[in-house]
Amino acid sequence: MRWLSDRSLTHLLGVANDLDFGTTKYRLLEEIARGGMGTVYRAEDAELNREIAIKVLNTPEPDPDMAKRMVREAQIIARLEHPGIVPVHDVGLLKDGRVFYAMKLVRGNRLDHYAARNDFLKDRLRKFQGVCEAVAFAHTHGVIHRDLKPQNIMIGSFGEVLVLDWGVAKIIGQSRYPNSLAEADTLRIAPGDKAESTGEQAANVAKPSHTEDTAQGTVMGTPQYMSPEQARGEIAQLDERSDVYSLGAILYFLLTNQSPGAANGGSIRKLNDDSARMLGSMAPPRPRELNPKIGKAVEAVCLKAMAHNRSERYASARELRDDVVNLIDDQPVMAYRENPLERIGRWLGRNRFLVLLVLAYLLMRILFILTARP
Amino acid sequence: MDQDTDIGGPGRPFPVTKHSAIIAARSKDPEVRQRAFATIVECYWKPAYKYVRIKWQAENEDAKDLTQGFFTTAIEKDYFASYDPAKARFQTFLRTCLDRFVANQRKSEQRLKRGGRVDHFSLDFDQVENELSSQSFVSEITPEEYFHREWVRSLFGLAIEALQSHYAEKGSEVYFKLFELYDLGESDGDPDSEPKASYSALAQEFGLTTADVTNYLAAARRKFRRIVLAKLRNITATEEEFQAEARALLGVKIE
Repeated sequence: MRWLSDRSLTHLLGVANDLDFGTTKYRLLEEIARGGMGTVYRAEDAELNREIAIKVLNTPEPDPDMAKRMVREAQIIARLEHPGIVPVHDVGLLKDGRVFYAMKLVRGNRLDHYAARNDFLKDRLRKFQGVCEAVAFAHTHGVIHRDLKPQNIMIGSFGEVLVLDWGVAKIIGQSRYPNSLAEADTLRIAPGDKAESTGEQAANVAKPSHTEDTAQGTVMGTPQYMSPEQARGEIAQLDERSDVYSLGAILYFLLTNQSPGAANGGSIRKLNDDSARMLGSMAPPRPRELNPKIGKAVEAVCLKAMAHNRSERYASARELRDDVVNLIDDQPVMAYRENPLERIGRWLGRNRFLVLLVLAYLLMRILFILTARP
Repeated sequence: MDQDTDIGGPGRPFPVTKHSAIIAARSKDPEVRQRAFATIVECYWKPAYKYVRIKWQAENEDAKDLTQGFFTTAIEKDYFASYDPAKARFQTFLRTCLDRFVANQRKSEQRLKRGGRVDHFSLDFDQVENELSSQSFVSEITPEEYFHREWVRSLFGLAIEALQSHYAEKGSEVYFKLFELYDLGESDGDPDSEPKASYSALAQEFGLTTADVTNYLAAARRKFRRIVLAKLRNITATEEEFQAEARALLGVKIE
């Protein structure tokens, strides 16, 4: 047998995974992220002379089912025309049968990286509002994401919020899409925290697992953001409220800097039947236990979104979004009934400037009266 | 099949890969079993031998005996029949069996006496010794990582042989020659030399256009990839294991 040096071996490993874009108008520049379903590259569109992101199927050999799913993902995203959802430009097939799709190259930070640098709660809530709006838009088009987590959300260079990685999205109810797109698909659990950080210039996907990855049909990943019914594998039960749970889990992260799973002290990274059942039945500590600085109302919004019983959650991402807007505006929220004292406190907080003005006026009047007395 | 129910649903065995030697090794047909063992041994004997030399600090002759003895005993005692893909990769399973075998041999001081047994396989240990002498064990990697690296080397070596045979049978040797010159970097017989040939130089040498060289190389690489994956499928038991191994293999970094 031929002897292969380490150098040859390294080279051959690259060759074995070589992507042949020779028949396309794209030129690969660098790998920027690796996810459970695909690998994302920064690439150049030679015709339009612009940089784009290209996602290529991760399967080692042509897999018709997975290829179909990836095309479906591209088709789903292509139809979701919303500023919070990354637009897809093109779908194609490489010579070796691997599917790729080209999409806008997003530059910015993942939400978890953004949160690491922005402590201000209202800033975080505004970004979260953007996430809710993009997800609510998808819901109105009959699409649930099923893999919402901070690693799948990008904050663009201009502060725009983009929801990525619709690889496990599912079409539910009365879809606007043709039947071929509305087929039941496979639940893949992406290994979220393994997502390779791509740093400042992060990519359009969350990452690897090197994940050792996560393969189709492999039940493994980072399930901290998953609804209990999803963790229990009750696929038929999944609807918008499963995404609402995940949104609540993202809010939990933004409030506490911990995912609900991590806060639970659990580090379930691989799901098997037992761990899924366990995950589906346990509740994380209340956010205020981890961060006493946050208010009761915002905690209530988070816990309502993350209610174990889905009928107790917000009925839609739009409802959740409305409560988040109320939080930002210091208005009462659906999730929390205030006592009169809290109501006054919130009113004072919202009208801080007016209150200060009145107090200053009263102070001046008192001073005037005291000093004007003979 | 609705794979959604795989999560939390009733447990099902993973689908078995087609042409799996691991599965065939459990066959009742002795011929099928023998062929399957030959496939497993072909891919694993070199990493096993080197692993025994490195991890167990076995002398040359001792390592030969242990390697031969391990595979012989594995066949006789049907070690591989107990492999459960749900618990570990086959590679890990085999390495664990090997560790246990060597430990037992050492513990009981019942090493096989050279020439005292029937070897099932003709293994060229001298070649591996030459390989060992030309490479160094990097102390930063564990013996387990070393075993994996040598397994990759063995797999790729077999794949290259198959690639060469494939193009020879088709009468398209030029594809392999280009692959060899450009991708194996062995233009002057020195495996550590950088690939010297540029696409244009190769085109000139073989009387082709640069576009032809590009296309031939791309085709050879695709074929190489397919062969590697076919061989990998051959030595994994389930589709799940195959997918995981393939990803691990293609993502592996050799320092």
